[in-house]
Amino acid sequence: MPTLETTFAGIPCINPFWLASAPPTNCGEQVMRAFDAGWGGAVWKTIGEPITNVSSRYSSIDWSGQRMMGLNNIELISDRPIEVNLREISEVKRRYPKHVVIASLMVESNQRAWHDIVERAEDAGADGLELNFGCPHGMSERGMGSAVGQVPEYCSQISEWVKERARTPVIVKMTPNISDIRMPARAAKRGGADALSAINTINSITGIDLDTLEPRPNVDGKSSHGGYCGPAVKPIALNMVQQIMSDRESVLPLSGIGGIGSWQDAAEFILLGAGTVQVCTAVMHYGYRIVEDMSDGLVAWMQKKGFETLDDFRGLTLSRVTDWKHLNLNYKIVARIHEQLCIGCELCYTACWDGAHQCIHLDRALPSPNTSRTPAMVTAESLSRISMTPIAKLDLDGAGETGPQRTPLSRIPRVDEHECVGCNLCSLVCPVPDCITMERVDNEPPETWDERMSAGMFKAGLPGHTKL
Amino acid sequence: MSESNHFFAQAPHSPDTATRFADLHPPFERSAAFVESNRCLYCFDAPCTAACPTHIDVPRFIKKISSGNLQGSAKTILDANILGASCSRVCPVDVLCEGACVMHRYNKQPIAIAKLQRFAMDELHRSGAPLPFLPGRDTGKSVSLVGGGPASLACAAELRRRGVRAEIYDARPLPGGLNTYGVAEYKLPLAESLREIDLLAQLGVVFHCNVTVDAEMLAKLEAAHDAVFLGVGLGAIHQLGIASESLPGVCNALDYIAAYKSGAITSVPRRVAVIGGGNTAIDAANASVRLGAVDVHMIYRRGPEQMSAFAFEYEHAKLEGVKFLWHMQPIGIRGTDAVEAVELARLEATSDGSLVMRMGMNFELPVDLVVLAIGQSTHTDFLKGGKVKLERGRVLIDRATGQTSNPKYFAGGDCTNGGREVVDAVADGKRAGIGIAAWLEGQYANA
Repeated sequence: MPTLETTFAGIPCINPFWLASAPPTNCGEQVMRAFDAGWGGAVWKTIGEPITNVSSRYSSIDWSGQRMMGLNNIELISDRPIEVNLREISEVKRRYPKHVVIASLMVESNQRAWHDIVERAEDAGADGLELNFGCPHGMSERGMGSAVGQVPEYCSQISEWVKERARTPVIVKMTPNISDIRMPARAAKRGGADALSAINTINSITGIDLDTLEPRPNVDGKSSHGGYCGPAVKPIALNMVQQIMSDRESVLPLSGIGGIGSWQDAAEFILLGAGTVQVCTAVMHYGYRIVEDMSDGLVAWMQKKGFETLDDFRGLTLSRVTDWKHLNLNYKIVARIHEQLCIGCELCYTACWDGAHQCIHLDRALPSPNTSRTPAMVTAESLSRISMTPIAKLDLDGAGETGPQRTPLSRIPRVDEHECVGCNLCSLVCPVPDCITMERVDNEPPETWDERMSAGMFKAGLPGHTKL
Repeated sequence: MSESNHFFAQAPHSPDTATRFADLHPPFERSAAFVESNRCLYCFDAPCTAACPTHIDVPRFIKKISSGNLQGSAKTILDANILGASCSRVCPVDVLCEGACVMHRYNKQPIAIAKLQRFAMDELHRSGAPLPFLPGRDTGKSVSLVGGGPASLACAAELRRRGVRAEIYDARPLPGGLNTYGVAEYKLPLAESLREIDLLAQLGVVFHCNVTVDAEMLAKLEAAHDAVFLGVGLGAIHQLGIASESLPGVCNALDYIAAYKSGAITSVPRRVAVIGGGNTAIDAANASVRLGAVDVHMIYRRGPEQMSAFAFEYEHAKLEGVKFLWHMQPIGIRGTDAVEAVELARLEATSDGSLVMRMGMNFELPVDLVVLAIGQSTHTDFLKGGKVKLERGRVLIDRATGQTSNPKYFAGGDCTNGGREVVDAVADGKRAGIGIAAWLEGQYANA
């Protein structure tokens, strides 16, 4: 039976699932309920001098009937007194000694303030410290949060101040609102950080109310850019995690954050090197209970894959993310439509014609292949056809069709494999699993752009696309 | 402009009938419609659209529901089918759009197209907006349309959108034909048919009700208009040709359905026998149950497999409590002052498929009301004399344009197709309306 136990920057963890510093970790009562539900750790809602929040704090993006594909917030750090937060941390640690409690910290940028909060948090019993250099709204206007994270020198300086006092591991939380995340990551590492967490939320305006023309979330007719998170940001987070973990000057134990809500998401972050993962939006949407399937599903997957521990697969995919110039230009795949699975929606057809390379055709029922019949011709033919309600007694010739039937051949698209560039689009839009597969058809030895350049086949600078 | 464009206000209002004939398929609420609309895959060259005789762009109107563009959704429907509201209620969608849905081959749950279409149309009606079309610039041409059913209504709408005047002549007090008088009230209430017609009146369609067009009247219409559209539907229901058929307590299904829909009857006796195996017979049988009959039989010459009623209609009738007597034929009606019983003979099919009576197997079914639903004759006698070419009583047309053998005459609906669905009549009328406008334009250009 695989185990989810792991060690992160020296901190023993019963599982890699931590709650991110956010509303789900606002107080001790919440954190204890979360631990009861199965969370292995919690990063406390950022502690600092109490702030005043606005009312109306979140807004979200829905997609195709699904709620909260992306969530945006303009809430600041904890609005509760420092001593209350610290007292509750002590209480939680006393009752849940095996669970991880990380104190997220944010104070003004002076050495003394940082020394003071570090000591108090550790005295309260925190297993580690997370420095919030990521909060993109409000706090940054006061010289904190992402205002620190965006300036490598500040990252480095404050990390140093913290390390002067800290006895527990120091995790620096990175902002994604920067052109190259490796710069602040390197600075934190130079400053002595023991670990990193990435990513914090992304600057965003989620939307505008089209009745009132007011942006969301609406605070008395106005809004402010907020921090974007949720499923929509996962690809961005994965990319930034990969950038950090592949950079020798940045790499440290990393707690992955950004759109994680399932065991698959967690596995992907770990495959790119994350030691633990942090979750917020999915819990805000569905509650602490989601951790049960995250654990259960991850263990089942590990068992299927033959992994006993998280270390067995941590970072395994890192070596497979490379620069474009190292990709095999001779790798060739083409789409194959499995007729017996096709339901005849023709979404692959319209996607290929309008969004790709015009190499899927509706000509199976025609006497011979026809690659010049356009989508407009197809629809015009359908609309010019006279259809009638099938009525048995009037349709003795059997002209009427009734009800469900197998997909007619005329509706099953055909891929012109000679023209197919293997872009994947058709397989992405197909609603039926495994109906369109991408099949490998190349038979030439691998060759990369880099190799072609080195062999002097092209002038440096512009990538060509034809083989010599 | 018209004698009246407030037919809706003339609908009889009976709370009792409304209760007894409540919606068979209750409408979607907004949230349900939104969820369902998002299930639609948005197929290219969608099979639902191809299956619809009027070729409503189904994925497009559904996407507009999901995007919140309800006005655009209604317009998409109406652009293809001016009677989109009634069709959403009466269409046998199992064998049309929903039967063609690719979801049958995916998760086995077709998109609820009819309910989504009704939602979009109900929202338009609720908004009080007129049809989202303006009459075309007046061409000075005019067309008379004989019969006020779905075919003529659809034809008239196309003509108005093209600037051609359209005057509808109908024998009944209210327009709409079978849409108004012939559809089971739990599918399409009479008032809803009229609501839809009021919108057409706003588009400038003129209605002349209580006018029966005979050969003489037809000659006048032909002289006064640039073209004539025949949308006369079918004629009377066949008679059994047996003794005592004229006794009180024997009626035909169409008159029966029209009577309860218009409020002329509000209850029926205890025991009802409906003769026939088609959709109209089922409507009459179900109506009998809902009007208070406790013992309703449908009597059909053959077995359930040969019934011309749709399978879903048969299932529905069983749920309503209708009982079926298969392989039976009425050979006599008993009664002195009124019907008391119907005498039935058992039939069996011979090897060549013909039916023969089994001797000595007759029995009497005590009934208080006999409703005949054994098919309709044609109603084209007034066209005899070579006005237009007929075949087995049906008007022959060019399917693409609706034009008859007489270029000034066009036709569509049941009088041309032998009796299909409302949506088929709408499609015929639409093609004819476009065909007439094109023909008139050609005449003008050549003049």
